Amino acid sequence: MEVFLQQLINGITLGSIYGLIAIGYTMVFGIIGMVNFAHGDVFMVSAFIALVAFLFLVSFLGISSIALSLFLVLIVAMLFTSLVNWTIERLAYRPLRGSFRLAPLISAIGMSIVLSNFVQVAQGPRNKSIPPMVQGEFVLFTKNDYPVTLSFKQLIIWIVTAVLLACFWYLVSKTRLGRAQRACEQDQKMAALVGVDVDRTISMTFVIAAALAAVAGTMYLMYYGVVSFSDGFVPGVKAFTAAVLGGIGSLPGAVIGGILIGLIETMWSAYFSIDYKDVAAFSVLAITLIFLPQGLFGRPDVEKV
Amino acid sequence: MSKRSDMGGDAPGMRVDTVRALRDAAVTALLAFGLFLPLIGFQTVTDVRNDLILTTRWPLLFSIVVIVGIGRLAYSLVVEPWLRQRPRLPVAPMSAWRTQVGKWFTPFAIGFVIAYPAIVLATAGFGRAVKWIDNFGIQILIYVMLGWGLNIVVGLAGLLDLGYVAFYAVGAYSYALLAKTFGFSFWILLPLSGILASFWGILLGFPVLRLRGDYLAIVTLAFGEIIRIVLINWVDLTNGYAGITGIPRPTFFGIPFNSDDDGFAAVFGLEFSPIYRTIFLYYLILALALLTAFVTVRLRRLPVGRAWEALREDEIACRSLGINTTNTKLTAFAMGAMFAGFAGSFFAARQGFISPDSFTFLESATILSIVVLGGMGSQIGVAIAAIAMIGGTEIMRELDFLKLIFGTTFDPTQYRMLLFGLAMVLIMIWRPRGLIATREPSIILKERKAIGADLVKEGHG
Repeated sequence: MEVFLQQLINGITLGSIYGLIAIGYTMVFGIIGMVNFAHGDVFMVSAFIALVAFLFLVSFLGISSIALSLFLVLIVAMLFTSLVNWTIERLAYRPLRGSFRLAPLISAIGMSIVLSNFVQVAQGPRNKSIPPMVQGEFVLFTKNDYPVTLSFKQLIIWIVTAVLLACFWYLVSKTRLGRAQRACEQDQKMAALVGVDVDRTISMTFVIAAALAAVAGTMYLMYYGVVSFSDGFVPGVKAFTAAVLGGIGSLPGAVIGGILIGLIETMWSAYFSIDYKDVAAFSVLAITLIFLPQGLFGRPDVEKV
Repeated sequence: MSKRSDMGGDAPGMRVDTVRALRDAAVTALLAFGLFLPLIGFQTVTDVRNDLILTTRWPLLFSIVVIVGIGRLAYSLVVEPWLRQRPRLPVAPMSAWRTQVGKWFTPFAIGFVIAYPAIVLATAGFGRAVKWIDNFGIQILIYVMLGWGLNIVVGLAGLLDLGYVAFYAVGAYSYALLAKTFGFSFWILLPLSGILASFWGILLGFPVLRLRGDYLAIVTLAFGEIIRIVLINWVDLTNGYAGITGIPRPTFFGIPFNSDDDGFAAVFGLEFSPIYRTIFLYYLILALALLTAFVTVRLRRLPVGRAWEALREDEIACRSLGINTTNTKLTAFAMGAMFAGFAGSFFAARQGFISPDSFTFLESATILSIVVLGGMGSQIGVAIAAIAMIGGTEIMRELDFLKLIFGTTFDPTQYRMLLFGLAMVLIMIWRPRGLIATREPSIILKERKAIGADLVKEGHG
C-alpha cells in the first residue's frame, strides 16, 4: 500500500511532465494533422536553455533566492524555446503545408536530428548535471519503516503544471486566439474566409506548444538535475503515446493520457521490471492504437468515400 | 524615402528594394541572435572540481549572427530577383533527352558499380582501396538495399513503416546467434534469416492491419523500439549492450578469407591481403541489392504487385473490388522484412560484431528518409538518395583539409549527423516529392508515358 502510494505520487509527477509535452503534440496534430517528430527534441532543447539560464542566474547575477531563480528560469526557457519552435515552423514546416503528406513528417524527423546534433555539437555529448535546485520533502506518513514522501520538487511540479494548464485552458477556450485555433482545426479554408489569419494562428500554436514543452523541460531539469542531448527522443515518444491514449486532438485527453502513462511507467518499474519500463509504455501505445485508435477522449475518425 | 535600385528589366516585379532587404537582414540577424544566444553564446563546461560552469563564446555567436544576416541580405538582393526572373514553366512531361538519359542510365550505373572495385584499385592503390570499397561501396549498398526493401512496403504498398530496422536487427541477430551456436554457414543462414525476418514482418504486421498513415508509422516505431529494448535487456541470449562478437565471416563457397594454407589467397595462389574479402563482400551485397531490385521490378507486374499499388491508391476501392487487403498488406510486410533480414545477416557477417546500438530509431528514420527523399516508388531515386545521404555523410570523415581552414581542433565528423538532418529538411523543401518525381507506369497500354509523382497517392495506410 505504501509503495503504491509513493509510486502514485511519483507517477503523477512524471505524468505531469509527459502531459505538458503531450499537449504540444496534440495541438499541432489537431491543427495541421502532422506528427511533430521534433517536439521531443524541442523539449530537450528547452531543458538545455533552462540549464544555461539557471547557471547564468547563479554564477553571473548571483541570485540566490530559489523561488525567484526558478521563476526566471521558467520565463527565459519559455521565451527562447518559443522562438526556436516558431523558427522551426517557419523554416521547415510552413513551406510544406498543403504538400504531399509524408513531406512534413520527414522534415520533422530531419529537424529532430538537427536539434539533437546541434545541442551535441554546441554543448558537448556528456551528461550535464547540476546540484539539486530544491531540496526537502514532506513525510506524509510512515508505515513499516517505509516513509511515503512528497518532495518539494514534486509539489512544485504539480502546482506549476496545474497553474499553467489553467492559464492555457483559458487561452484556448476563452480568447480570440483560442477561437481562431479551434476554427482552423475544423476547417482552415473556411476560417481564412471569415478573416482568421491561418498562418499566424498556426505559428502561435507552435509557440504555445513550445512554451508548454519548456515548462516540462524546466521541471525535468529541476526534478532529475541532469540532461543530455539524447534526452528528447524517449520522453517525446512517451508524450506522443500520452496524446494518442487521450485521443489525439483532445487537450484534456493529452493531460490525462500523460498522467496515465506516467503512472503505468512508475507502477511497472515498481512491481515488474525497471529494464522493461519503456516496453510497457510502447506496448500501451501499440495496444491503444490497435484497439482504441480514437483514444479515450477523441472523436472517431470515419472515412467517407 | 525608400531607395530602389533597378537590377535590369522594367517589370515592377524585377525591382529590388534595398531598404526592405536591409531591414529583413537585420530582423533575421536579430532572430539568429535570439536563437543561438542560449546554446552558442554560452557553453556549459565541467571545471576541475567537476562542477558545471558557464563560459561565453561571444566571437562565435557574433560571427554566426553576421553570417546569417549577410546570407539573408544576399538572398533578397541576388537569389530572389534571380528566382523571379527565371521563367516559370509548367512542369513539362519528360523531355526527349531525359528519356534518352533514362534509357541509358540504368545499364551505365550497373556497369559502374560492377567496375567500381577495379576503378578504386586502379586510382587509390592497393593499400587505400579497402577503405573506399568498404566505407563507401559496401556501406552505401547496404542502405540502397534497405531502401529498396522498404520501398516495397512504403513506396509500393503505401504502408508507412518507421520500425523497419527491427527486421534488419532480426536478420543480423538470427545470423549471429545461429552461426555461433550451431556453426551453420553463411550460405544456409542467409535465406534462413530472411525467412525469420519475414515471419516477424507478418507477426508485427498482423496487429496493425487496421491502422493507416501516421498511426501506422508510430506503432511500427514502437515495435522497433520494443525489439531493441528486448535485445538490450535479454542478456542471456543477446549479451545486452555488449553485443555479440566473433561472428563467423562468410566464406567463398567454403574457402575462408584468411592467411591459412587453405585460405582464399593460398588456394588461388595470391599473396594474402584483406582486400579480397572486402571485394567479395562488395560483390555479395551488390548481388543482394540487385536481387532486391529485380524481384521488386518483377513483382510489380504480378497480381500481388498490382494489388499493392492499388492498395496504396485507395484501400476502400480495393476491398470493394475483391482484393484481400489482409493478405496484400501482409505480403508487403513480409517481402520488405525478408530483404531487411538478408541485409541484416550480411551486415552481421561483414562486421563480425553486432550490438543493439546499430539498430536504433535513427537507422529506421535514415532508411525511410532515403525512400522518401529518393521519390517513393522510384528505384533509381532511392539509389541516388542513398548515395547522396550516406556517401555525403561518409565523405565528411575524409575532409581533413577543413582543419587547415578552421584550425586543428575542428572535427568534421562531429557535424555529420547535423548536416544529414539539415539535408533532409532542405531536400524536402526543395522537392517534397523526392529527387525523382516521375514514375514509370506499371502497365503500358498504348504508348510509354511518364507520370508525375503528384498523381501517385502517398498511401494512407
